[in-house]
Amino acid sequence: MAYEISLLTAMSISVLFALSLNLITGLCGQISLGHAAFLGIGAYTSALLCKAGLPFFATLPLAMLVAGLVGVVVGLTSLRVRDDFLAITTMGVVFLFVGIVRQQDWLGGEMGISNIPVSGLSKTGFMLLALGLAAATAIFCVYLKKSWMGRVFNGIAEDEDTMRVLSIDVPRYKLAAFAIGTALAGLAGALYGQHFKYIGPDSFGFIESITVLSMVVFGGIGSVPGVIVGAALLSALPAWFQVIGDYKLLVYGGLLFLMMRFSPMGLAGIVRSLLKRKAPEASPAAQGVEP
Amino acid sequence: MTASSPLLRVANVTVRFGGLSAVADVSFDVRPGELLGLIGPNGAGKTTLMRSITGVVRPTEGSVSLQGEDITALPIHKRIQKGLALSQQLVKPFRQISVLDNVALAAGAQHTHSPLRALTRLARQNENAAARELLERVGIAGYADQMPGIQPLGVLKRMEMARALALNPKLLLLDEPLAGLNSKEANALASTIAQINQQGMTIVLIEHNLSEVMRICQRLVVLDNGRKIASGAPREVMEQPEVRAAYLGDAATAAEAEPATEGEHHA
Repeated sequence: MAYEISLLTAMSISVLFALSLNLITGLCGQISLGHAAFLGIGAYTSALLCKAGLPFFATLPLAMLVAGLVGVVVGLTSLRVRDDFLAITTMGVVFLFVGIVRQQDWLGGEMGISNIPVSGLSKTGFMLLALGLAAATAIFCVYLKKSWMGRVFNGIAEDEDTMRVLSIDVPRYKLAAFAIGTALAGLAGALYGQHFKYIGPDSFGFIESITVLSMVVFGGIGSVPGVIVGAALLSALPAWFQVIGDYKLLVYGGLLFLMMRFSPMGLAGIVRSLLKRKAPEASPAAQGVEP
Repeated sequence: MTASSPLLRVANVTVRFGGLSAVADVSFDVRPGELLGLIGPNGAGKTTLMRSITGVVRPTEGSVSLQGEDITALPIHKRIQKGLALSQQLVKPFRQISVLDNVALAAGAQHTHSPLRALTRLARQNENAAARELLERVGIAGYADQMPGIQPLGVLKRMEMARALALNPKLLLLDEPLAGLNSKEANALASTIAQINQQGMTIVLIEHNLSEVMRICQRLVVLDNGRKIASGAPREVMEQPEVRAAYLGDAATAAEAEPATEGEHHA
């Protein structure tokens, strides 16, 4: 039972983390290859503050705040560069993060931070907390998509130049997406540190960034249910099948490639096209339109 | 007509790209309520001038002011918020949302000024109703619930115009709305534009289709090689030798190389 509880906790954290990237990349269309840095910032903030004597719960909002603030700074670059260049810039962010953490003794350097003080919750209690926060994030994302902010994000993702012509202050919206998305990643990071009781620079590197991106792409960029399923599956698979665990990068890379090639909209896209095929009369207007 | 103060004033605008002057010292006013045609042969600088009005391009010299307020230094979205609206030359529909939603998105501009306000608002009935009305006004109400991806160009051009009108602008800029349409469609759309103008909207129309421009515009500004070569009532303007030369030169595909030889007249 302890194993299942631990697995479910890890899955919830992955779902929360993937949803936070989906908000930036899926909803607002800003690619990020360095999202793990914000998971790391949240984890380090929470771990250090716990060690300094703060109760775990008090570190949650602070982890979000620090990650969100750094996120806005990184978001500022998204105002200057687009697409491929933004991908490269955000990739630089994660290398920068790992590089800095490695060199700083007060951050634990190469050794990382271990013996993070406990939250006081039981294993089950902590699992419920992670599950609850992931669910709350999912509900928030669904709400956001329905709000006017979601409509604007959607427009910016498709054609930001036309959004400007429609009076939209595109930079402010992009910064908002980065602030919310990275703050949520910080929250996931705080949970991550508390769950594994150890964090090190290698837990938040480029590979971790690509892993979360493949969860989002596998589930379906922009689709909240898709990303939940994608993140839950991909975080559980390595634990269920030892083989996948050993070849994790190969499997994730392969999935990323296959999805991009055959179903760019991920699992959600596959489900959508199956539904459409089943009920062709239901939405004649949607025929012939990209899903 | 001359008594009213101008709605838009373009004063001595020059746009240089490197050593090339795309627009050279152009000035004109747009008066409230008028339908002004901005014409000129290919490469005359019309689109660049339009872009310096909307803010895509910053003028090297000169200024643009809307209702007496200098907007030369403002970014695009601020100018739109101040009352400009643009219908682009190449239609840019959002393809993942319906025709109605495209227009409603613009109609909700007051809710999308700040991200926080946008996040706290879900309701969209008012904007949908406004969008439906506008689609009616431009004559494509029947396409409201369809996706833009499969629509003919004529419908998309009208959708783009409805989207610009949804911003509730003081001045509507139309960049070659008739381009790509057949003569019947162009005629119908030009009539719609004239109708919208009669309902009180001030419009600047950039257009290549001279016969439709002559038919619906009350006043013309003619550009050639980045300079303003004439302005005034359509018939008078078109009779000026310089304007004729500019257009005939264009037809002979030598417009870029040789500006009108007798080009000493000024409007």
